[in-house]
Amino acid sequence: MTRSVGARALVLSLVILGVFLAAWHVAVSGGGAGGQAVDPEYAKLVGAAAATGGQTPMPGPVDVGKAIWKHLSDPFYVRGTNDMGIGIQLAYSLARVLIGFGIAVAVAVPLGFLIGMSPIVYRALDPFIQVMKPISPLAWMPLALYTIKDSSLSSIFVIFICSLWPMLINTAFGVASVRKDWLNVARTLEVGPVRKAFTVILPAAAPTILTGMRISVGIAWLVIVAAEMLVGGTGIGYFVWNQWNNLSLTDIITAILLIGLVGMALDQILARLTRLVTYPE
Amino acid sequence: MAASYISIEGIARRFPAPEGGKTTIFEDLWFAMERGEFVCVIGHSGCGKTTVLNILAGLDEPSEGAVIIDGKAIEGPSLDRAVIFQSHGLLPWRTVLGNVAYAVSSKWRDWPKAKVEDHARKAIATVGLSGAEMKKPAQLSGGMKQRVGIARALSIEPKIMLMDEPFSALDALTRGTLQDEVRGICRTTGQTVFMITHDVDEAIYLADKIVLMTNGPDARVAEIVVNPLPADRSRNEVHKHPAYYPVRNHIIDFLVARSKSFATELAQPGKVWNRRAPPLVTPGAAGGPAPLVRAV
Ligand SMILES: Nc1ncnc2c1ncn2[C@@H]1O[C@H](COP(=O)(O)OP(=O)(O)OP(=O)(O)O)[C@@H](O)[C@H]1O
Ligand SMILES: [Mg+2]
Repeated sequence: MTRSVGARALVLSLVILGVFLAAWHVAVSGGGAGGQAVDPEYAKLVGAAAATGGQTPMPGPVDVGKAIWKHLSDPFYVRGTNDMGIGIQLAYSLARVLIGFGIAVAVAVPLGFLIGMSPIVYRALDPFIQVMKPISPLAWMPLALYTIKDSSLSSIFVIFICSLWPMLINTAFGVASVRKDWLNVARTLEVGPVRKAFTVILPAAAPTILTGMRISVGIAWLVIVAAEMLVGGTGIGYFVWNQWNNLSLTDIITAILLIGLVGMALDQILARLTRLVTYPE
Repeated sequence: MAASYISIEGIARRFPAPEGGKTTIFEDLWFAMERGEFVCVIGHSGCGKTTVLNILAGLDEPSEGAVIIDGKAIEGPSLDRAVIFQSHGLLPWRTVLGNVAYAVSSKWRDWPKAKVEDHARKAIATVGLSGAEMKKPAQLSGGMKQRVGIARALSIEPKIMLMDEPFSALDALTRGTLQDEVRGICRTTGQTVFMITHDVDEAIYLADKIVLMTNGPDARVAEIVVNPLPADRSRNEVHKHPAYYPVRNHIIDFLVARSKSFATELAQPGKVWNRRAPPLVTPGAAGGPAPLVRAV
């Protein structure tokens, strides 16, 4: 009775996980016969191995566990362009996300500052931003490939574009809505524009700006998988696509889990940073 | 007549009205303050006191007219004029010390950090907040926040203090101490003070002149009460002064009745009132308005 809510929630989480794994195990081992009843059209499509071989089309939790162990015990090997450790693939994706996101920060924060400081610019640019924002970043891919002519740089560009808008909008909004009282303090103290930007506007808008960054990094991590599936070569998205061609579902499930974990880590890092700059009023 | 130190000359302030057109908060407002004078403004909520203060601070511009300080028209805010904001205006991400030090380092930009903090600590001690230097504004009570605002204004040693209800959130004891402290500092440094208050006793204890504003919209400076109390008054003695209750009753009578009906008062035959030179009155002095019933 005295156990804390956190501890009880943890127990419940473990129970749910256990039930899920058990159900998965039962469903897969019971469905062994169903695995034979493959649609012939589909069998042709995926290759003979899955349709006729003794291999179960859907792996169970034990198989996936083994695959995860195999990947994690040697994540960084390189045995040719199509056979690299999952750690290397994740590192490629992370590097692309961080570069594209980093460039987007360098553009969006100063630009958002300028937009937020001037009500006229804010209004003038608003329609453009509103049109650009809902465009799926992948729609830029053909244009990027055509102009940049490099698949890796093109995926970085796509990450840049998709990270840009949330940060731009949040920075401009945060800067535009700094409390008038605080600006008045700076004015009565005859604080110059640069010092005012760094000592009043930036700290006041920082929580909003970091929230924008958190949204951006989340979107970027969603988009990189799709972008790499599209352009191929390296990266976790390419890895997933490649394993689909190899019909290795255990590897795909492993990758899915890792994508989720890395995404959560990125989100948590930005949540921490946001908490650091948040001030109670 | 020699030019006054601060001269408010025919200022008006209009805001866009919700139903279109303009609301005139006040117009053609005139009054003057001399160097080193302590002036309190009294008037009902919403009559435009803060608006006048913002114009004096240079944070707001009059729709018409001008304010001349020391022979020059105001062009924006200045470090010579410190403002104590009605809403405190503390930066929530800075500590108490950080907030005061921000003002100090803005005034003396070449001071080293240690000197800035030392100066800021002294100002914080003046308002009795030693020990709370490292607290954030969110951890302070309303009265403590108000005192940080006072410390910040005092710390930059301005020529003019503009105070918007600086003691309103304080308990009686702290308020008394701080009133003495602020009055002492302003008198020894020769600061000119413009202070808004709703507390009649506070105005009588602190002010040399008390400006009475009528209700808005179209608020006016009805009259200026010249305080007959001696300059070296002491808190325990003020209410024993023969002019104390006449002054107090005059102001309360104004707030209760005349502030609402000032327009009808002006319409009475024989009433002379010049908005460019609001009448100076000294209740309780010979020739002043007759004393009213003694207040309880
Ligand atoms: N930005 C604004 N837009 C429209 N109306 C305003 C604005 N600022 C103030 N007013 C109006 O001007 C009038 C005077 O406001 P002001 O803040 O000067 O009052 P005040 O005398 O300081 O009142 P209080 O004693 O309550 O502080 C009010 O009626 C208010 O509604
Ligand atoms: Mg006010």
